[in-house]
Amino acid sequence: MSANPTHLAHHFADVRQQHDTATLGMWVFLVTEAMVFGGLFLAYTVYRVLYAAEFAAASAHLNVVFGGVNTIVLLSSSLTMALAVYWAQTGQQGRVPAALILTALLGTAFLVIKGFEYHGDYEDNLMPGLAFDEHAWGPHPERVKLFLVIYYIMTGVHAVHLIIGIGLISILALMARRGRFTRGYYYPVEVGGLYWHFVDVIWVFLLPLLYLAGVRN
Amino acid sequence: MAEHRSRLQIYGIVFVALIGLTAVTLLLGGVELGAWHTIVGLAIASTKATLIVLFFMHLLHSPRVTWLVAGTTLLFLAILLLMTLTDYLSRGEG
Amino acid sequence: MSTVAVATPQGESPPVTRPVNYLNVHFGVRSWLLTTDHKRIAILYLISITLMFFLGGAAITVVRLQLLTPDNNLVDADTYNKLFTMHGIIMVFFFMVPSIPAVLGNFLLPMMLGAKDLAFPKLNLLSWYIYILGGTFTLWAVLSGGVDSGWTFYTPYSSKASHTNIIPAAVGVFIVGFSSILTGLNFIVTTHMMRAPGQTWFRLPLMVWSLYATSIIFLLGTPVLAITLTLVAIERIFQVGVFDPALGGDPVLFQHMFWFYSHPAVYIMVLPAMGVVSEVVPCFSRKNIYGYKFIAFSSLGIAVLGFLVWSHHMFVAGISVYEAFLFSFLSFMVAVPSAIKVFNWTATLYKGSVAFATPMLFAFGFIGLFTIGGLTGMFLASLGTDVHVHDTYFVIAHFHFIMVGGAVMAYMGGLHFWWPKMTGRMYPEFWSRLAAMIIFVGFILTFLPQFVVGNLGMPRRYYQYAPEFQVLNVMSSAGASILAVGYVLPLVYLLWSLGYGKKAGANPWLATGLEWQTASPPPPDNFAVTPVVTEAPYQYSKEVAVVS
Repeated sequence: MSANPTHLAHHFADVRQQHDTATLGMWVFLVTEAMVFGGLFLAYTVYRVLYAAEFAAASAHLNVVFGGVNTIVLLSSSLTMALAVYWAQTGQQGRVPAALILTALLGTAFLVIKGFEYHGDYEDNLMPGLAFDEHAWGPHPERVKLFLVIYYIMTGVHAVHLIIGIGLISILALMARRGRFTRGYYYPVEVGGLYWHFVDVIWVFLLPLLYLAGVRN
Repeated sequence: MAEHRSRLQIYGIVFVALIGLTAVTLLLGGVELGAWHTIVGLAIASTKATLIVLFFMHLLHSPRVTWLVAGTTLLFLAILLLMTLTDYLSRGEG
Repeated sequence: MSTVAVATPQGESPPVTRPVNYLNVHFGVRSWLLTTDHKRIAILYLISITLMFFLGGAAITVVRLQLLTPDNNLVDADTYNKLFTMHGIIMVFFFMVPSIPAVLGNFLLPMMLGAKDLAFPKLNLLSWYIYILGGTFTLWAVLSGGVDSGWTFYTPYSSKASHTNIIPAAVGVFIVGFSSILTGLNFIVTTHMMRAPGQTWFRLPLMVWSLYATSIIFLLGTPVLAITLTLVAIERIFQVGVFDPALGGDPVLFQHMFWFYSHPAVYIMVLPAMGVVSEVVPCFSRKNIYGYKFIAFSSLGIAVLGFLVWSHHMFVAGISVYEAFLFSFLSFMVAVPSAIKVFNWTATLYKGSVAFATPMLFAFGFIGLFTIGGLTGMFLASLGTDVHVHDTYFVIAHFHFIMVGGAVMAYMGGLHFWWPKMTGRMYPEFWSRLAAMIIFVGFILTFLPQFVVGNLGMPRRYYQYAPEFQVLNVMSSAGASILAVGYVLPLVYLLWSLGYGKKAGANPWLATGLEWQTASPPPPDNFAVTPVVTEAPYQYSKEVAVVS
């Protein structure tokens, strides 16, 4: 690719246009992702309104320590991602691979912690269909099950997006290690960063909605 | 474009604020707030999200069209949630 | 203008050269299946959606045959349910939604902007492959037993009770949704970022405004459908109760989420059609469009308002009556921007020099039939009358007037208008006008009786009906057979024109617009030199010649 170090595609007038187009493209894509999660937030909100007591009660049984730790982990990964973009943009290419690898590792840590958390949920009889005590929740166990189902679906869909993100960041890390990025050509890192931060934003909302729907004693 | 050092400082400040707000959220979980739980939780989450979007995602320094995209998203999420809720909040028997 | 040399047999004459265009620049299956040229991708979509159109048409042909007599047993009830379901799924998701955007939009948008291609050419090709993948899943669902929930997948029937291939069909629709999303993403970003010098927003053709408004809906609505179908699949597989009343869920929540997309989806179908009409009417009236800004902003208005009316599909589903008031009011409001367009097109015709070329015939068909369809929407938007006609043939007639009498007619009109540009050939005008008339007559005979029989009480989705409805059903089925002829004719003569049609020049209609300033078919990069735009669109008043 030495003939075209800026990787300028033929249908763009200049590098600036290509960069701005790519970032706008990712922002526009994030709109669609926001609406996907929006549908899930809607389902959560409707049932939260209808079954407030059961939602609060079930929420208090989720492991908020894991939830809180995972929030810190993901926020940290957003910091490392922002640094990766910053260093790519300012020509400090040597630091970019480490920042990206750290981001991917933190994302992976999130998933590992989540795995432990799901295991704990199973042990605590919080998995409808697999481990759930119909008689431990008062007159409306089905409402508690609904909360838990929504909890698993929302965190599951979030995890799927996180896995995709880890894959993307890993590819970017490889490209960065091979010296593919320059001050003029780094939009893949920026675009990957936008996606990663979005996944973080979703989790920021999941924390209070899922873990803190009612008071914890 | 901001001078190198101050951009890193901004990232640092934002990160500390995010961690701090997370701690507040978690601590408030043990406080009896009744109906305010959701509102406070969402308010804090919105603040954190705003910080991430403005600073980590560079919306603050992005062109107008990006602001249009972000604003439209919020508007339509609000339409989806609020207009559906008009059904559930105004049903007779509940 | 670059040319290719074509070898001639031994002799003194110099080698024949012909201009390079997007069709002859490369040959072979690989050059088509791995293309990133938006014009070739448009042709790929054209072939695919045409196939889907005739498949969806085949399903409904059997339905109309079944409905010839009141207690027919050509097919049994279960098969009947599968037939109308497949008709709906195929026509909505695999024909109507992609048709104008993926075919005409893909072909024209970069050219109308003065660009060499869309912003993301590889994503464009990916969108076609995603379409094919989704289509394959759905067709597999059909061929291996069918789906019987209706295209609307209402729960808890779809999520629990149905024993048919709900999940493969839902997966197919989920997948093809991403095709729409990528198309919409591409269109929006391209329109913002890749306009030629001088191509300001208010110098854009109205087709671009329509495609932009459509793309907004693609991006905001389709993802909600995706997650809704995902929840149905999860419910089916894991027997959880998100939409199941027996398990604490609310089936009406499914309807809210489903119609949040599916109502704006109908504006996905009609907005591009309106864009086509806005291009065709000025050209064949030799007159500037009346009220350019009104039409442009009303397109955006339709896109936004279209998201605020979804509950009018649910008036009798058990929603709150207060919410129903709100959505009824908003549904009346959404008629306003559409009406504005009809007034503007009509004003454009006034004192114009009108030519009844085939695209114009289809545009007239659109204006008249869309207006009728839209007006009948008022009966559905108003709560009292909706209770009477909900789930009857009145509804079916209403949306077919808009989707078929409106959008499909406009698609045909656009296909004819830009056919010379896309292929470099003219179609035979006699046969195309004949086809337009046959389609018009067939359409009226098919769907007008359905308003009547619906108002009289015939429910939709029933495989047998009360004997007093037979005459109207026979009329409808007869009309459908005429309509079928009308749709097969263009298939024949358009294909014929590829080999034998008169060669078209760059601008056979003497139309305005950047796409007409380049060769037919266009070169691979659309323009030899990036155009610079210096004047407003639709400057027809300056044109002297009259199109015959």
